Amino acid sequence: MQNSQRTPGVVAGRLDQASYRRNFDDLHPPLDAHEAAVAADRCYFCHDAPCTAACPTEIDIPMFIRQIQSGDPDNAARTIFAQNILGGMCARVCPTETLCEEACVRQTAEGNPVEIGQLQRYATDHMMEQGIHPYTRGGATGRRVAVVGAGPAGLACAHRLAMHGHDVVIFDARQKPGGLNEFGIAAYKAPDSFAAAEVAWLLKIGGIEIRYNQVLGEGLLLEDLQAEFDAVFLGMGLAGVNALRTEGEEHAHVRDAVDFIAELRQAEDLSTIPVGRDVVVIGGGMTAVDAAIQSKLLGAEHVTMVYRRGSNQLSASTFEQELATAKGVKIVLNAQPVAFESEDGETVSSVTFAYTEDGPAGLKLSEETFTLKADQVFKAIGQSLKGVPGVLETTEGKIKVEGAGRTSLKGVWAGGDCATGGDDLTVTAVAQGRDAAEDIHAVLAGADAVAAE
Amino acid sequence: MANLANDFVGIKSPNPFWLASAPPTDKEYNVRRAFEAGWGGVVWKTLGAEGPPVVNVNGPRYGAIFGPDRRMIGMNNIELITDRPLQQNLREIKAVKRDYPDRAVVVSLMVPCEEEAWKAILPVVEETGADGVELNFGCPHGMAERGMGSAVGQVPEYIEMVTRWCKQNTRMPVIVKLTPNITNIVYPAEAARRGGADAVSLINTVNSITSVDLDAMCPEPMIDGKGTHGGYCGPAVKPIALNMVAEIARNAETAGLPISGIGGVTTWRDAAEFMALGAGNVQVCTAVMTYGFRIVTEMIAGLSAWMDEKGYSSTADFVGKAVPNVTDWQFLNLNYITKAVIDQEACIKCGRCFAACEDTSHQAILMKEGRVFEVDESECVACNLCINTCPVEGCITMRTLAPGETDKRTGETVPEEYGNWTTHPNNPGASCAAE
Repeated sequence: MQNSQRTPGVVAGRLDQASYRRNFDDLHPPLDAHEAAVAADRCYFCHDAPCTAACPTEIDIPMFIRQIQSGDPDNAARTIFAQNILGGMCARVCPTETLCEEACVRQTAEGNPVEIGQLQRYATDHMMEQGIHPYTRGGATGRRVAVVGAGPAGLACAHRLAMHGHDVVIFDARQKPGGLNEFGIAAYKAPDSFAAAEVAWLLKIGGIEIRYNQVLGEGLLLEDLQAEFDAVFLGMGLAGVNALRTEGEEHAHVRDAVDFIAELRQAEDLSTIPVGRDVVVIGGGMTAVDAAIQSKLLGAEHVTMVYRRGSNQLSASTFEQELATAKGVKIVLNAQPVAFESEDGETVSSVTFAYTEDGPAGLKLSEETFTLKADQVFKAIGQSLKGVPGVLETTEGKIKVEGAGRTSLKGVWAGGDCATGGDDLTVTAVAQGRDAAEDIHAVLAGADAVAAE
Repeated sequence: MANLANDFVGIKSPNPFWLASAPPTDKEYNVRRAFEAGWGGVVWKTLGAEGPPVVNVNGPRYGAIFGPDRRMIGMNNIELITDRPLQQNLREIKAVKRDYPDRAVVVSLMVPCEEEAWKAILPVVEETGADGVELNFGCPHGMAERGMGSAVGQVPEYIEMVTRWCKQNTRMPVIVKLTPNITNIVYPAEAARRGGADAVSLINTVNSITSVDLDAMCPEPMIDGKGTHGGYCGPAVKPIALNMVAEIARNAETAGLPISGIGGVTTWRDAAEFMALGAGNVQVCTAVMTYGFRIVTEMIAGLSAWMDEKGYSSTADFVGKAVPNVTDWQFLNLNYITKAVIDQEACIKCGRCFAACEDTSHQAILMKEGRVFEVDESECVACNLCINTCPVEGCITMRTLAPGETDKRTGETVPEEYGNWTTHPNNPGASCAAE
């Protein structure tokens, strides 16, 4: 270990290998069989359960927990996968504290919900570790569907289409499938290459082909897909990154948080990932939190996350905020960057912020400013739609969809982060992909019925 | 502080907590540890006749039922009577009694159903200075196949006969231990009394198979691929035991016959319940086999605190106090009408009461907008199922309708007076009686 937490600049290897391993290990270690039995016993098997209603994929949570109770985790997994084929990842990354576990009546009763996420992981891991894939491909329909994006929405859509016997070709912009599960989630939430293993497991159904390095709008054209396939599902997420448009943004070591997170996720050896001594993260969402926490875990001495609005508008959950502060991240609210400074004219050395005031006319910069020392800055102020042809109707930066993901173009569906109606969560993307697939299937089956007449 | 000193058929002990005849009382070593921990008495593990001792299986002899966190709910065993030589047991009993004269030492016995066998063993037990004997007519496994244990306990005539032999051949108090594996506990208890028993103790273990190994297709505990029924005990059997104790306590033929209560006693409260139903003391086994002897500290402290709170100065003050309130169904007041009430503040909206009532009871709980659960008094029969399924203690309660109030279910006015089945117009026998 040549460098330490106090080494100035953006350098790799600030920690010893044991620290990297410890820092990026499972955030929540999995439950063993006994812990699962005890945790499952706390479920009341509610009538018309609020947890199920709170789940975007409507997993029958009391039923799968009862199946765990009865010593049948594989059938518990089947109950989960029937609604959410990415139930394994969702068990790890869902903000359960704002979904199922918030709705749990034991949260109401004693502020301590049933550990639904952990139990879901117990069941799904149990089945996946045995290599069992619980579905077989439906009888071939001869219909072909193009799916753009091998992220949660696209994979859920493709799997459901394969269940119905349609041939699916997924086009993905990267060299690896998984989308944000593979490139965008904090490493400690899905260690041991879980995202890749999950995709491999999902593809066992058969009938799904993935083509890589296929970027929509850059060689891959929607009109070509429409011509070649019976239906198209767009689930490529938000590939663009919002710009700050702040003076000095061009200095070295001012970069997008999503790139840093992706790089970190793909690293074989975390000690090769450079990180600053004084890191500043700009933004208030999950990406900002993930970048901030992981900077700290890589050995940055000081990490400050600055958000322009108040805590009630921070989109990262309370749990995420508390995790960040517990790891040593300082969160500053109501401040916006006004300039990035550089001492040597090349690399960033500090960021100056102005405090903001939220008024009826919107956010206003105050006179009061402060400057944070920064040798590395991550921008995490949101992603944007990229590569979508103008013929597709969009609204507020997303592809406008109605019903089960129907876009303004006939034969084209969309879901996940690129479409309206979701919450930028893995679980909502899965729900949208799944529902679009059912709709595509219904439309294709209807067309077949008409053709047969 | 309440005085826990206990006199059971003349056998004195510093508290009413005895250890039942079982593995914990098989040896001097264990019994000394028990007395050091504070147990009031022991019933020494059953001695057999002189000669080669019985042998036990060398595989598992206990099976169990657990809660999800491995809390033992029930246990069963296929252990036989002591497998140690008679003379060794007698020597140890004598030594222990000499060193702990204030504790009760009762010796459990099981010998063949012949007068000579009982005549032979009683004097040698008496010679140890033991305070009494308990006749093991309860053991349901192994020994029963040899015509002993519950094989005797299931035939009232044998109970009477053997009890009489014992009373004729010893000056020690004779306690007859009863098996629950019969149709009506009152008959063996009456037989024991006819035979001259000083007391009965109950229940012995319940015939059981704890579980089945679905891979081996064999009952548990499994001995080389086979299993056999064993005796069930522990918290799970307590309700069965309480009823049997109460039946003996309130039966005219057996009323006043001292009872030593056994069956799932785990805490001081369990003991108090057995005693309220007529047990003069209690015997404990599974609880110490699960947690060790130290639990008696909780039992002693808990029982005396409760007695102080209630103003009982001795255990005799409350023994049998609940017996007059144990009655037959036909004498229950049918004019006592209650309705469930859900405390909306306490309700956590799980809907279990709704599911239970809607699916399996009287459709008397309404599920309203926003998961608000309310009782429909026009359907509520006050069955208590909602209270039993509600995870929040005290959230659902029963409101007693005052006389003069209208029962919305029947449309009738709640009468002031007590009225039971014996006088109810729907009872064909009632009109005859009235004529």
